[in-house]
Amino acid sequence: MPDKLEKSSPKGQMLSVRNLKIEATSYPQGGAPRRISIVDDISFDLGKGKVLGLIGESGAGKSTIGLAALAYGRGGVEITGGQVLLDGEDLLTASNTRIRQIRGSRVCYVSQSAAASFNPAHRLGEQVVEAAIRHKLMNREEAHKRACHLFSILGLPDPHTFGSRYPHQVSGGQLQRAMTAMALCSSPDLIVFDEPTTALDVTTQIDVLAAIKHAIEETGTSALYITHDLAVVAQVADDIMVLRNGRTVEYGPVQKIIDAPSEDYTRKLVNVRSIRHSQASGQNLPFFEMIGITAGYAGGVDVLHEVSLHVAKGQTLAIVGESGSGKSTLARVATGLLPPSSGEVVLDGQELRPALKQRSRDELRKVQLIYQMADTAMNPRQTVGDIIGRPLTFYDGLRGSARKAKVVELLDQIEMGKAFIDRYPAELSGGQKQRVAIARALAASPELIICDEPTSALDPLVADGILKLLLDLQAERQLSYVFITHDIAIVRAIADSVAVMFQGELVRFGPKSDVLSPPFDDYTDLLLKSVPEMRPGWLEEVIASRKQASADN
Amino acid sequence: MTIRHIPLPILIGIAIILLTLICALFAPWIAPYGETEVVGDVWQAPNDHFLFGLDNLGRDLLSRLIYGARITVFVALSATVISFTLGIVLSFTAAVSKGIVDTTLSRLNDLMMSIPTLIFALVLLTAVPQNLTTLILVMAILDSTRVFRLGRAVALDVAVMDFVEAAQLRGEGTWWIILREILPNTLSPLLAEFGLRFAFAILFLSTLSFLGLGIQPPYADWGGMVKDNKDGIIFGISAALIPGAAIAILSVSVNLVVDWMMKRTSSLKGGRGDA
Repeated sequence: MPDKLEKSSPKGQMLSVRNLKIEATSYPQGGAPRRISIVDDISFDLGKGKVLGLIGESGAGKSTIGLAALAYGRGGVEITGGQVLLDGEDLLTASNTRIRQIRGSRVCYVSQSAAASFNPAHRLGEQVVEAAIRHKLMNREEAHKRACHLFSILGLPDPHTFGSRYPHQVSGGQLQRAMTAMALCSSPDLIVFDEPTTALDVTTQIDVLAAIKHAIEETGTSALYITHDLAVVAQVADDIMVLRNGRTVEYGPVQKIIDAPSEDYTRKLVNVRSIRHSQASGQNLPFFEMIGITAGYAGGVDVLHEVSLHVAKGQTLAIVGESGSGKSTLARVATGLLPPSSGEVVLDGQELRPALKQRSRDELRKVQLIYQMADTAMNPRQTVGDIIGRPLTFYDGLRGSARKAKVVELLDQIEMGKAFIDRYPAELSGGQKQRVAIARALAASPELIICDEPTSALDPLVADGILKLLLDLQAERQLSYVFITHDIAIVRAIADSVAVMFQGELVRFGPKSDVLSPPFDDYTDLLLKSVPEMRPGWLEEVIASRKQASADN
Repeated sequence: MTIRHIPLPILIGIAIILLTLICALFAPWIAPYGETEVVGDVWQAPNDHFLFGLDNLGRDLLSRLIYGARITVFVALSATVISFTLGIVLSFTAAVSKGIVDTTLSRLNDLMMSIPTLIFALVLLTAVPQNLTTLILVMAILDSTRVFRLGRAVALDVAVMDFVEAAQLRGEGTWWIILREILPNTLSPLLAEFGLRFAFAILFLSTLSFLGLGIQPPYADWGGMVKDNKDGIIFGISAALIPGAAIAILSVSVNLVVDWMMKRTSSLKGGRGDA
């Protein structure tokens, strides 16, 4: 398509990408190497001070395109065609020296995991100003002054002394903002944000989102904002490009993409989380119950204080709260991994012994756990058949063809089929791995499944599929779920009853309709208001109402 | 996969190992002369009848090399296998049990390691009756301290993974967790260590024989042969270099093959491994 190439970028565009093509070589098992295309024929323009949102599921090529704006390809990836014009200058044909001048001074990058991106051995301030000093854009004193200014724009506490802290001394949300400050420090023309809020709690996410938006407006920087959450990108972007398998699905202004999407795929993204689960009646007959649980880790303070909750047979209890609220600790107590210092765990009228080692095989069978990270929850050296088959052998003594038949049946139930039986976990996608983890739990014929954020590491569409599967299985087998999550949207979708946790205490507990309707306590109110809604302008409203609330107090 | 997919150096390594094993197994049929048979002059130069020449007593070097493979490989291999079994079982038990078991085993191991291996071996071998079994056991136990160190470190990394916790939640016993959940995921570093340890075992046996505490004369082992012929070096006679070269070549071959096996199993994500 060289004839389609334009000679220079349109006037006034900060970044113009023309027919970008990115490829890699794949080495399939036992076959000849072949070229695969990761990104194909992508073109967009980004004006000065504008924000373009790149959205799509994992593997759509979002990050690859983002990094191409820095003329960078991750290991093995090659940019093979097209143009990336920064203010009219093609970065792809520029010399290494020239690119080194541009990276960190004119184009900066904010990564998903700030915790993994900062050097833990150096103070934040030093790392924030490093690029600006290195590029001789300002001297050390000016750079630190600018860093302070940025810290205060980004709403970080004590902007003057914040820079003297080490990365481990600040929270995840603050670290992400510090990383934004680092990107802004050298006053770049363009910043690439690669899922900057994905790893954060909802309540923190809004703060960071608002800080980023404010900082972009204040400094007049252009930005590429990469995310898989359409609701988030709707808050910050001017234009949105929807990507799938390295190709553009739809490209247009935010309002149009959200209100009037023209492609099916975009429509699916907009309508994600359309699951409606009507709340079960009769929740007072507890099937699984935790009474007055107080627990803590060795040598530390108590993490849980007097928590009591219950769930009825065949129903779902959702436990919500941000990280550190004790949700996962509650799961550890329920499974016996962490014996509580006081309180008891009751299943079907029978008290479960506190420690794992004291519980009988049958008691262990009845309570199963599904982990957040399916990658680490399955032995990478066992096949899917072994992973699902082991509980069958262990609890029911099934072997040989009887075991295989049952495994195939379970694979059918998780909508995967028997072709997967000899695959290893590394050969499955994220969603498939989580399905196998569900099948492993089902293989034990449990009565209660504790789900510890099973969908938080998945793309929205994939997560939706997993939730639907869980609901179907529940209807079929009368399973009770304790569903741990930080996502209120999921709670709305699947829960019968809800428990809200805050700093190890139960703030609110009851049927979903009661918990999620006013009057709210402060924390529940904050949680509910923090869930991004899919319409532009939502962020401003929330921030305004928060300011209003603090002014009232 | 076929033989054509194996890189050439690895094929050579495999061929040398096979050759050594064949020599070890069929020594009496392959060797042109007897192990202790005196066939000519002292340190006679190589000729048509004696490919590598004769040794310090006039015995055929090639024949002794072939007979020596037997005892050298047998002792080194059994010592390495025993040391690995011992080291892995103890270290994995320590890593899984944690607490007092871990502390006791680890400190005992430190205690053993704080005494220089060679001196420890010399003291032990002079104190106990000298035969092949005690020799192998002493070598194995001393080597197992190194295996323990590595084994504990790699097992600790795996023992904290969710799938090990999932196995505990299922109610699996310690042996299942050690053998089926942890061992397969620690195989790569352990295999690499195995190759290295095997080479060290050959060298250690040679050292002991050289000092007179390993294999006793008149039986041939490669290290002992170096010792027997070392005096010839002063007179420009290369007899000592031939068993030395055999040790070097076998060590290199074992390491080539093990490195390649390790590459095939060490896919970070697990599963089938990279080709």
